[in-house]
Amino acid sequence: MSKPLKIKLHVNGVARELVIEPRVTLLDALREHLNLTGSKKGCDQGQCGACTVHVDGERVLACLTLAAQVEGREITTVEGLTPDGAELHPVQAAFLKHDAFQCGYCTPGQIMSAVACIREGHASSDAEIREYMSGNLCRCGAYPHIVAAVREAREALS
Amino acid sequence: MPAKVKRIATDTVGLALAHDSAELHVQGKAVYIDDMREPEGTLHVAPGYAALGAKGRITVCDLSAVRAFPGVVAVLTAGDIPGINDCSPAMGDDPILADGEILFHGQVVFAVIAETRDAARRAARLAKIEIAGELAAITVEDALEQGTEDVLPPYEFRRGDPGKLIAASKSTISDSFHVGGQEHFYLEGQVALAVPEEAGGMLVYSSTQHPTEMQHCVAKMLKVADAFVTCECRRMGGGFGGKESQAAQWAALAALGARITGRPVKCRLDRDDDMIMTGKRHDLRIDYRAAHDRTGRLTAVDAALLARCGYSADLSLGVNDRAMFHADNAYYYPAVRIKSRRLRTNTVSNTAFRGFGGPQGMMLAERMMDQIAHRLELDPLDVRKRNFYAPGRDRTPYGMKVVDNIIHDVVAELEKTSDYRARREAVRAFNAKNQVLKKGLALTPVKFGISFTLIHLNQAGALVHLYTDGSVHLNHGGTEMGQGLYIKVAQVVAEEFGIDPERVKITATTTGKVPNTSPTAASSGSDLNGMAAQEAAARIKARLVDFAAREWKVKPAQIRFAKGRVIIGNQSVTLAELARRAHQARIQLSSTGFYATPGITWDRDKVKGKPFFYFAYGASCSEVTIDTLTGEMRVDRVDILHDVGRSLNPAIDLGQIEGGFVQGMGWLTTEELVFDTQGRLSTHAPSTYKIPCASDVPEDFRVKLFASAGNPASTIYRSKAVGEPPLMLALSVFSAITDAIASLKPGCMPPLEAPATPEAIMKAVKAMSP
Repeated sequence: MSKPLKIKLHVNGVARELVIEPRVTLLDALREHLNLTGSKKGCDQGQCGACTVHVDGERVLACLTLAAQVEGREITTVEGLTPDGAELHPVQAAFLKHDAFQCGYCTPGQIMSAVACIREGHASSDAEIREYMSGNLCRCGAYPHIVAAVREAREALS
Repeated sequence: MPAKVKRIATDTVGLALAHDSAELHVQGKAVYIDDMREPEGTLHVAPGYAALGAKGRITVCDLSAVRAFPGVVAVLTAGDIPGINDCSPAMGDDPILADGEILFHGQVVFAVIAETRDAARRAARLAKIEIAGELAAITVEDALEQGTEDVLPPYEFRRGDPGKLIAASKSTISDSFHVGGQEHFYLEGQVALAVPEEAGGMLVYSSTQHPTEMQHCVAKMLKVADAFVTCECRRMGGGFGGKESQAAQWAALAALGARITGRPVKCRLDRDDDMIMTGKRHDLRIDYRAAHDRTGRLTAVDAALLARCGYSADLSLGVNDRAMFHADNAYYYPAVRIKSRRLRTNTVSNTAFRGFGGPQGMMLAERMMDQIAHRLELDPLDVRKRNFYAPGRDRTPYGMKVVDNIIHDVVAELEKTSDYRARREAVRAFNAKNQVLKKGLALTPVKFGISFTLIHLNQAGALVHLYTDGSVHLNHGGTEMGQGLYIKVAQVVAEEFGIDPERVKITATTTGKVPNTSPTAASSGSDLNGMAAQEAAARIKARLVDFAAREWKVKPAQIRFAKGRVIIGNQSVTLAELARRAHQARIQLSSTGFYATPGITWDRDKVKGKPFFYFAYGASCSEVTIDTLTGEMRVDRVDILHDVGRSLNPAIDLGQIEGGFVQGMGWLTTEELVFDTQGRLSTHAPSTYKIPCASDVPEDFRVKLFASAGNPASTIYRSKAVGEPPLMLALSVFSAITDAIASLKPGCMPPLEAPATPEAIMKAVKAMSP
């Protein structure tokens, strides 16, 4: 066991201090230390995308990122898309409208990936959406609805 | 043709409402078990197993380094279990912790309880376990060669003398092929949280399709009465059959840890452990011979389904029976023998998976259709249609008469809307022009029997409370795993009270409210629980009607519930007002409801009866392109027409159909389970085990609900079960790949095995080379 680290994370616009072991992943820091459980642990090895969050606006896999690596950078989780009382983000609204989920476990990761995918300019066609969303697995197979939701959100955001 | 069904006008049933937790899901606010705030002092479990060995006596089990690891509170072995060391669904052959021997690689030998999950997992790696290795049977062929004792006795359906007919026939086919298994890969892995209660009680939150079985397993393991254990499940992050029996071991380990330490204990499996330690879809070798006439119509079928069951029985009886029940798919076999062997292997015990053996059985039927068609150079769709059940040709191999057959209509409509005939010509033209890329097209049917074939499971209970503000509390025995059961049942209850579904509070499934439940399985969730909840609501409603008739001095027939109000003669009050007045008059506003499916009988020993309440039907048409130099494959277009009777919720049903198809397509194309010769699963992570992703779904994907007048069987609002049947629509992808390869050598059947990975396609292509 290494000596605990004291780090400061900027999560959803709020500075949070925590004392963690240096090898703690960003995902575990969010879920187990900050009680932000929207980001899910699907495979814990960077293959399923359920833990997708944004770091300085770019999508990263929180399970393959050390918390200590992202100190001082802006982290956004699914909880940060809708500050309490605010309306749903257009991507969330589109997922809701298009039934873009079944069990819901991959949904926060899909939504965080979709927000970034649109921002990256990788949602210009269905083919592009399918390709750039392919890192987020959905075992229920809601993909046609996910693609439709991303398409609609892209239109709403442009 | 089935009789016409009377339509019932509804306000809420039939609406395309969103999933009950939709708003929570998009905000990450839906709480799964691993998201629950852990009670103070919660400990964590990690299971431990022998690094090497698939079968043999445990000769060394040195756990001293595990116990000494910082943060470890307890290390549990079989001797620590106060009651029965078993987590099997029925047969008593699944030890929670191995006792003296292991029977497959990955079998749990001990469990570490530690302050953190990380400490528990690190400690678990420090065990020194040695096995006196014995000859292990890994494959079906190993089991057959070694003559290991089957996990369950063989079983057979038989009509006539197919062997004699086949021997005498000039037109016969025969083959032996493999159908692969499938990992569930629910995105939320196995998880349970056990919280000790006063006086020996145990509360277990488990991600499970079968809370009652978890309750029973934990109670007998702790040696307490069932009443001392409560199991609750609000939702699962996917189940697909993998959280029926397979959730029990983890619930039991959490509860055992909680009993021994007196603290709450959570067991959340690491993904690799989950894939190594939990059962999967059965893989089969299917051997068959059949005879047909000159038109391609079958006259006799003699088949053997040889299933790899793993080290124990688990649900292999029901799974393999269902494989037999669906070995006919939608086709009539005049003379038939379907044999089933349930082979014991030293691999993880295979289990339920969406379709429950049905998909594997259907592979036989579609394989025969393709083989006959390609041999005779007929259009496979024509061969299929010629073999459909029809009047006078309507007895299944297990003797049940098919009386609700709509497959002719479904297939005829899809043939038209998918433009099958023109595309068949286009595919032929494409293949004539292209040497490397080849296209294939297939239109296949699905007929799937609805009901648990273990008859006593066809029952359900519900509990409904009406509060004096007019809001409703709903509970039933079914579990929510994403399939939309909770919203469907809430729609039924809202319909009954004439209220907005938002006035119905859906609550977590728990053995404390509705006891002695069946698993949410066999596609039966809404059929059974919808009926039970409707009965509970109807009972409360009847009391209210009775009360209002007396109070307002009107006839009961003059009272109806609609739009949040109760119309009483020429007056109306809110439901809240009526509830308040009824309460003051001391009328009970709470009721249970119960349902048992009528008219089903199955005598397994005599192979006699009507095991299914009805059949669900569907058809799909797939077009694929393969690359004959690399084996790569792309699904170009899929058209689906599926029968859900009168839909309770078309949005949910559409999702089930698309998702089921995608999951079935994964099973038959990219998802390959590989065990090495030592019995170790090589594909134990999503890096090596590939489920479909967004770009694998056909770009042109057209899905429609069949315009049904309603289920002729008297189901809840004449709807049909939809959970499993669509998975088998994916057989059209496999047949289309077969069709593409068949174009290489007309008159021959490609020896394609499932899953049709690029490697499998290359093998079949090579075998077809001139």
